[in-house]
Amino acid sequence: MTTDTSAAPPRRIPFPRLAPALAGSPAAVTGLCIVGFWVLVALLAPVAAPYDPNQNNLAALADPTPSAAHWLGTDQFGRDILSRIMWGARTVLAIAPIAVAAATLLGAFLGLVAGYLRGWVDAAIARVCDVILSFPVIILYLVILAKFGASALNIVLVIAVTKAPIIFRIVRGVTMELRQREYVSAARMRGESFWYVLAVEILPNIRGPLSVDVCLRLGYTTIAIGVLGFLGIGLPPPDPDWGGMVKESYSLIFVWPHMALFPSLAVSSLVIGFNLLAIGLREGQRRA
Amino acid sequence: MIRYLLKQLAYMAATLLAVSFLVFALNEFAPGDVARKILGAYATQEQVDALTAELGLDRPLLVRYVEYLGRVFRGDLGESLIYKAPVADVLWDRLGNTLYLAAIAFAVVVPLSIMLGTLAGMREGSIMDRGISLFGVFVASVPEFAMGVFLASVFAVWLGWLPGTSQLTSGAGWSIASQLVLPVAVMVLYDMGYLVAMIRASMVEVMRQPYVRTAVLKGMSMPRVIFRHALRNAMIAPFTVILLQINYLVAGVVVVETVFAYPGFGRMMLEAALAKDIALIEAGALVAVFIAMLTQFVGDIGYAALDPRIRI
Repeated sequence: MTTDTSAAPPRRIPFPRLAPALAGSPAAVTGLCIVGFWVLVALLAPVAAPYDPNQNNLAALADPTPSAAHWLGTDQFGRDILSRIMWGARTVLAIAPIAVAAATLLGAFLGLVAGYLRGWVDAAIARVCDVILSFPVIILYLVILAKFGASALNIVLVIAVTKAPIIFRIVRGVTMELRQREYVSAARMRGESFWYVLAVEILPNIRGPLSVDVCLRLGYTTIAIGVLGFLGIGLPPPDPDWGGMVKESYSLIFVWPHMALFPSLAVSSLVIGFNLLAIGLREGQRRA
Repeated sequence: MIRYLLKQLAYMAATLLAVSFLVFALNEFAPGDVARKILGAYATQEQVDALTAELGLDRPLLVRYVEYLGRVFRGDLGESLIYKAPVADVLWDRLGNTLYLAAIAFAVVVPLSIMLGTLAGMREGSIMDRGISLFGVFVASVPEFAMGVFLASVFAVWLGWLPGTSQLTSGAGWSIASQLVLPVAVMVLYDMGYLVAMIRASMVEVMRQPYVRTAVLKGMSMPRVIFRHALRNAMIAPFTVILLQINYLVAGVVVVETVFAYPGFGRMMLEAALAKDIALIEAGALVAVFIAMLTQFVGDIGYAALDPRIRI
């Protein structure tokens, strides 16, 4: 007996492969190059940065504009901007992935459980997520960070709580559709446990839709970290972070615009890199 | 319809109540906090305890919350520590400034996004589509503070055409109108990327519909096809998204207001948060959520009015 499987929906939602996505998309190549560049800068900062990022070079204060000794100039405290940008890349590229990972784990877990169980569990989690999403994110940052103070851990927690509802919606949608598939029913009928069905049958199919979103989320989180730094509720000084560098030097923009311009360019380019990569991955996924 | 609206209103009220309780509990859970804030860091523990007892802050959280709600309903939002004035006075003044800024930005960003989104979505994959989409990605990728730095560097520092700050006082010879240009430009650019992408996607979807192909094949001119057939249907899906931008434009403009020193609601919230001005934070958070709920509510009604298939 032969069974016709051609009409059956594909068992697995395709996971976007990096190589084919890159081959067909100039956007993805550009994005990967930009992100790769910053990752390299972040990794090499301890050996490649010309100066200690927090060292005040008072002699440079006479003329803080870019020069042979300080390629991007110094800030108003005589600190080398190039070195601070390089070390700042370390900060953002350490915090952003951790925060996105935390948001993804939390959102995916809740989404799996809610989408699979439905009923009141689903309704309750969805309501809470709606409330969080209806709150302007930045007001939420202010309220929470005003109470608990600024630290790397608090930034990660705030971003995880505010971004998880978006991941939750995506995962919940996919899970609700997947639970109708025959292989999930089959697993249930052979007596597999609740957690087994979620982890082995459903979770692998979530990777595809999530991987594009993770890239977008990394871009938004880079913006969020920059914004927190700019508002003065990010990492405590003096350690360099890009948003904080802009905050410190913005009032001097009419005298020395380079101090605010270079970190602004750094943060913008990294976000553009993440977003171009996300677009490339999405196109690759659609072609697959 | 009426039942749906009542249900939505009840849901809004419940959410507001929940948020107000969370913010209240977050700020006033520890009994000593408020008195410590009023007396400052150098007051002794005895003084803090005495004031806490005097203000009745040592009573259970729920009792204090109910009292707080009662005061809010009577219109008494408390005193602001940093402005040394009733919260209500500060709040409405700042909110008015922000609404002014938001209204201008909204009036610019919506027609501009509809135009660009329609142009891009008209012919999927055309040079125009690629150009506009790429532009959208770029402007949405630049954080507001960085865009503020770029625009201020060019138009205020380099060209000297516009002022670098927008304090709404007619000092230094800059008119109020010229002070609004840069903040509005930053808000519009940052918001536009997302809106253009949504409208473009909706337009692409509509242009693939059989009735559009029929209109084209029967020889109707392209502008007529777009205006008579495509545009109205393409605007249904993004309508809610467009309205939700009000949310960002009013409550999310903390960064833009900080960059340009604009005396609005967002900067007030930042100042309140940095100074731990509890009464002001609580009132501001309530207003922000109320605006969010209201736009969502109006969005739901408008969506139903636009789309004849939806009956609520």
